[in-house]
Amino acid sequence: MKRNAIRKLPGVLAALFATGTLTAAAQGWEPTKSVEFVVPAGTGGGADQMARLIQGIVTKHNLMKQPMVVVNKGGGAGAEGFMDMKGSKGDPHKIIITLSNLFTTPLAQGTPFSWKDLTPVKMMALDQFVFWVNSAAPYKTAKEYTDAAKAAGPGKFKMGGTGAKQEDQIITVAVEKITGAKFTYIPYKGGGEVATQLVGKHVDSTVNNPIEAVEQWRAGNLRPLCVFDDKPMIYKTKVTATMAWSDIPTCKSQGMDVDYQMLRGIFMAPGVSKEQTGYYVGVLKKVMDTQEWKDFMEKGAFSQTTMQGDEYTAWVAKEEKRHEGLMAEAGFLAKK
Amino acid sequence: MDEASDKPAASVRAADLWTAVILFVIGCIVIKDSLRLGAKWGDSGPESGYFPFYIGMLLCASSVANFLLAWFKRRHETFVSKESFKGVVSVFVPTVVYVGLIGGVGPVPGLGIYVASAVFIACFMRLLGKYGWGTTAGVALGVPLAFFLLFEKWFRVPLPKGPLEALLGLA
Amino acid sequence: MAEIQALFHGFSVAFTPFNLALMMAGILMGVLIGVLPGLGGANGVAILLPLTFAMANQPGGATSAIILLSCIYWGALFGGAITSILFNIPGEPWSVATTFDGYPMAQQGRAGEALTAAFTSSFVGAFIAVLMITFLAPLVAKFALRFGPREYFAVYLLTFCSFIGMTKSPPSKTLAAMMLGFALAAVGQDSMTGALRMTFDQVVLFKGFDFLIAVIGLFGIGEILITLEEGLAFKGMQGKINMKVVMQTWKQLPKYWKTSIRSSVIGCWMGITPGGATPASFMGYGVAKRMSPNGANFGKGEMEGVVAPETAAHAAGTSALLPMLTLGIPGSPTAAVLLGGLLIWGLQPGPLLFQEKPDFVWGLIASMYLGNIAGLIVVLTTVPLFAAVLRIPFSIVAPVILVICAIGAYTVHNSMFDVWMMLVFGVVGYVFKKLDYPLAPLVLAIVLGDRAEESFRQALLGSGGNLATFFDNALVGSITALALAMLFWGPIKLVFSRLTGR
Repeated sequence: MKRNAIRKLPGVLAALFATGTLTAAAQGWEPTKSVEFVVPAGTGGGADQMARLIQGIVTKHNLMKQPMVVVNKGGGAGAEGFMDMKGSKGDPHKIIITLSNLFTTPLAQGTPFSWKDLTPVKMMALDQFVFWVNSAAPYKTAKEYTDAAKAAGPGKFKMGGTGAKQEDQIITVAVEKITGAKFTYIPYKGGGEVATQLVGKHVDSTVNNPIEAVEQWRAGNLRPLCVFDDKPMIYKTKVTATMAWSDIPTCKSQGMDVDYQMLRGIFMAPGVSKEQTGYYVGVLKKVMDTQEWKDFMEKGAFSQTTMQGDEYTAWVAKEEKRHEGLMAEAGFLAKK
Repeated sequence: MDEASDKPAASVRAADLWTAVILFVIGCIVIKDSLRLGAKWGDSGPESGYFPFYIGMLLCASSVANFLLAWFKRRHETFVSKESFKGVVSVFVPTVVYVGLIGGVGPVPGLGIYVASAVFIACFMRLLGKYGWGTTAGVALGVPLAFFLLFEKWFRVPLPKGPLEALLGLA
Repeated sequence: MAEIQALFHGFSVAFTPFNLALMMAGILMGVLIGVLPGLGGANGVAILLPLTFAMANQPGGATSAIILLSCIYWGALFGGAITSILFNIPGEPWSVATTFDGYPMAQQGRAGEALTAAFTSSFVGAFIAVLMITFLAPLVAKFALRFGPREYFAVYLLTFCSFIGMTKSPPSKTLAAMMLGFALAAVGQDSMTGALRMTFDQVVLFKGFDFLIAVIGLFGIGEILITLEEGLAFKGMQGKINMKVVMQTWKQLPKYWKTSIRSSVIGCWMGITPGGATPASFMGYGVAKRMSPNGANFGKGEMEGVVAPETAAHAAGTSALLPMLTLGIPGSPTAAVLLGGLLIWGLQPGPLLFQEKPDFVWGLIASMYLGNIAGLIVVLTTVPLFAAVLRIPFSIVAPVILVICAIGAYTVHNSMFDVWMMLVFGVVGYVFKKLDYPLAPLVLAIVLGDRAEESFRQALLGSGGNLATFFDNALVGSITALALAMLFWGPIKLVFSRLTGR
């Protein structure tokens, strides 16, 4: 066997060396092996889509020398992915894309984790929320709808949303607080399913992200009432025959002062160096300059707010406080 | 088979009774956690622990039934004979060791899946299959290498790696 | 016939040498993915998604790219049956029912027949589903919209009921096995309230028990342990392994036409609604066992028991693409990833896709026809090859299977804990099998348990806790009634035969 193995060994080693990359970085820090891109959610959702888009753009435009591998760790509303990052202290070959569950999961479940256990890299975009009803429903404005819900009393109007004690339900509770209407919140697994349930009239309204509902809107099945932001969206290209994203009024202008966007941002494990975050900021900047990224932003009517460094860290800190307030009001905080 | 090797390592009855006890304990754990979560019918349908509570109850109840059936039936057939049990253990124990080798146990670091697999296949074929060194080495090195190329290089699925891969700059 | 015209246009889009080559490559890759449990369809498609980006640049590239991906998807569907039949390890949830008769057939040295039956049935199921998509797409898409939580629950109930009481094990053991499955399914996060159930603050439990880990352990490892009782002197299976077996099997298949039709209908229905391929395969098997004159032999290596679940699973897997295209709701995790792919190429699935991108849609549908035919040819030629795997001595195959099992368990969540759990499930599978606890209800409960509970609770949230909601309209009422009829099938049949007979 020995002779056999020895004869084989050089060939094996050569093959391994040829395929593995041993080239050292020219300057600054660069990944020396494949980079794991953690998605703290299941396949097919918004965060997953964005992660795979970024992976695709990186591959297509050759933005990184090492491959990027998307890994879904969505258990326990993302706790699985976050705990994994927390445990990978100092590992520069791992990045994670976050959504609002960065704040809601530890708050609602008492998971021993906070965003401070991660190193902020870059905010990619903010995802908007729009108030939708079925186009067959008689309500033309948010006020008409919430008034009707209020008049009908609790338990009569159903609000569909993604997940429990997460962004959709937080917005629902905020709307209830302001308008006095009382909805029955029904959680579903994914945003696409929620939009379809609204088309099928199994629920009365939703707060879907634009990208989840846009096709049903274009097909005339859904009607947007307002956007949960303090200013209208910027996209002026007509989506339907008569309306563009920018034509949807803000909920504030409808007397419903709810302002909520969802973070789509990139973080690294704790304890990584400035050079290492700098590398990823550079790569992500290049991603955002591509046409594919811009098309995706417009399709999903994302708010293209982007930040990095201290500004980003400060924003995340502020956002956590805000979630704590919103969730305390809604009674969603984990029992201590 | 001669008399000695046909001796039972365990009777069906004993195995049945133990399985029922273990399932009963699992049922109790499920019930306990369901009560913590709330197992009532809330304002809007069942609470988090409602279904698990009844699942736990049914699991306990059916385990009691299985226990009693086994107790009174007095089936003394062999669950597994000594000889057969030896066959099972001779593979199961190496498999447990193999899994331990992949990821390490406690503070001991693992070898990674590729090296562990090579060792596992080699030991299996050599000690249990009595193959010659040549065939053994061919399969034991070829299979992990094929998987390495398939998973790491082609499909880009990262599997656990150990010191050897780190040494070669592949980890 | 506008559809026919559009379809022929589609053929002209899909029928280029480049696209045909892609189909072949995709099918082969898919079979490979389906065979290795670590690379389930969803994983495989997700991994290969970025590779298709380069294609999307050329004119018609998006169509080529999606043809490649969907062929991988079909290849994985075909491939899932292979390990189920050869080693009793289902690589995908919908292959579980295939093991019930496929594996006994392989043990009797009829692996070639089983594989041929499985592949051919897959093809038939998928073909009928494509026909339906071609001609009834707008109609059935509307039908899918009528499914809300209560309808989903009724469908899950129907699946359970059509399967219950089929095992010959003692009822108390069947119940215990099923309840254990439900309990395992409940571990992890409760999607309705966000509460963590039975995790005891252990992060490794947050994600719950994945079906695949349970199945690899229960079926794969458990089966190896049972085989080992006979010692390692296990000789390779003898059996003719040439292409003749394909023709011989084909001669037998037409007599199961009733089962094929039943399973195709069940599959199409489950795919559209979208209950998915998994309930379809179980339901297909359960219904066939009840209806078929050979029903009593199911589980002992009856070819019909392979035909029924495979036809249903593939009809469902294929028709699941319809709600994905027209509604943007994926019928399976793999479809979900395909959906992500469409979005990235700027093809937004939705009600308007058929009108706005007819080239793409009909190209895709045409590729379903071509891909399926290509797939059947490709996989049938591999039958002797795979059947020959069983001739390799057990002491070489066994360690390699165990390695594949470990890789498969690890890749589900990249977790070593899952590999340990796989071993635990292996012992459970071994003990349960020897003690006559049935594994099928256990697996069914793990696969569908939390989904059934979720839709039940969604429905009750909507109705304010009123159970009458499950009989509220004709659709849900008739499914629920059908489920109850299935549950009490034994007594009903008895009464019926008394009334008509004597």
